[in-house]
Amino acid sequence: MGKFTLEEVNDMYVDVLREIGNIGAGNATTAIASMLGIRLDMNVPMVKLLEASKLGSAICPEDEIIAGIFLEVQSDIEGSMMFLLKMDSAQFLVNKLMGRDGHLQKEFDEMDLSALKEIGNIIAGSYLNALSAMTNLMITPSVPYISVDMAASILSVPAIQFGQLGDNALLIETEFGDDVMINGFFILMPEQDSYDKILAALGLQV
Amino acid sequence: MGKVIKVGMADLNICKAPDIITTIGLGSCIGLALYDPVTKVGGLVHYMLPDSTQMRNHSNIAKFADTGTDELLRQVLRAGANRTRLVAKIAGGAKMFSVSGMSNVGNIGERNALAAKEKLRQLRIRLIAEDTGLNYGRTVELHCETGEFYIKAIGKPIKII
Repeated sequence: MGKFTLEEVNDMYVDVLREIGNIGAGNATTAIASMLGIRLDMNVPMVKLLEASKLGSAICPEDEIIAGIFLEVQSDIEGSMMFLLKMDSAQFLVNKLMGRDGHLQKEFDEMDLSALKEIGNIIAGSYLNALSAMTNLMITPSVPYISVDMAASILSVPAIQFGQLGDNALLIETEFGDDVMINGFFILMPEQDSYDKILAALGLQV
Repeated sequence: MGKVIKVGMADLNICKAPDIITTIGLGSCIGLALYDPVTKVGGLVHYMLPDSTQMRNHSNIAKFADTGTDELLRQVLRAGANRTRLVAKIAGGAKMFSVSGMSNVGNIGERNALAAKEKLRQLRIRLIAEDTGLNYGRTVELHCETGEFYIKAIGKPIKII
């Protein structure tokens, strides 16, 4: 039974996450660029360690509406992950995928939500592939689930997951785009045992 | 019009008429309000988890249903509320993603709501209104002048319980 918690997270683990974020975001950017037929560049991701109870306002004001895509992961690593997009970014990606003008503003219908879910699925899958390749661990994601709601409400889900293990949470911010910059946020939530597995697989001391 | 007191996640505070106490964007968490209609003293806790006894780290008491409600009760009594007149209202406990109900993420909202009921029963405080479950976030406000509990959700009319 592992004892690792985010209370004692070290720089090395943050570096590892940043690297996974980097590769994952790179894969995701390529996948999305080819799917949408547009050119995309990305910036180096930022890893933020913060109090779980502050997650609700970590990416925007608490009552701002955002899109959250949630997947459960199984096999060697158990837990869940989330990918979050602010509405302007979500709107832009959906418009592009649906063949509309990127700057069009409209309420999401069922088709749009389904498109967004697929985008989230590709992005999350790219990220998990990076994690799997680096650790040599098998990771099987579930189907994606989506929610479009207040930031604090959506972020209560990872806050609670992290809250069960301690008081801290890790968030990875990536920025990609061309004329429009898209801000996306990854949150990986391994179960307690899986933290140890990830670190052990990377040859890090637990 | 009084001032508006804001309560964050894993946080609690008290409030007196004519002020309003609020917490923004309850997801699977619960907002539990206590209120004394005579002295018009109330309070609100925004807790994240049902049970502090299952955690090895519980330094933040407002994070849990049991310790959070105990502390809120202590504070509203100290602020002049009368224990026998206290009533409770709760909101939140949503299932934000439609994952299977067996998993931890799938049922935490429901477990949070049950924990409020269990705790209030132990404390012998009447739960007079609730708006819990379903799949959307809620912003709540306790208006201490009237004891009304406002519930705001995206794309839905304001509900007063």
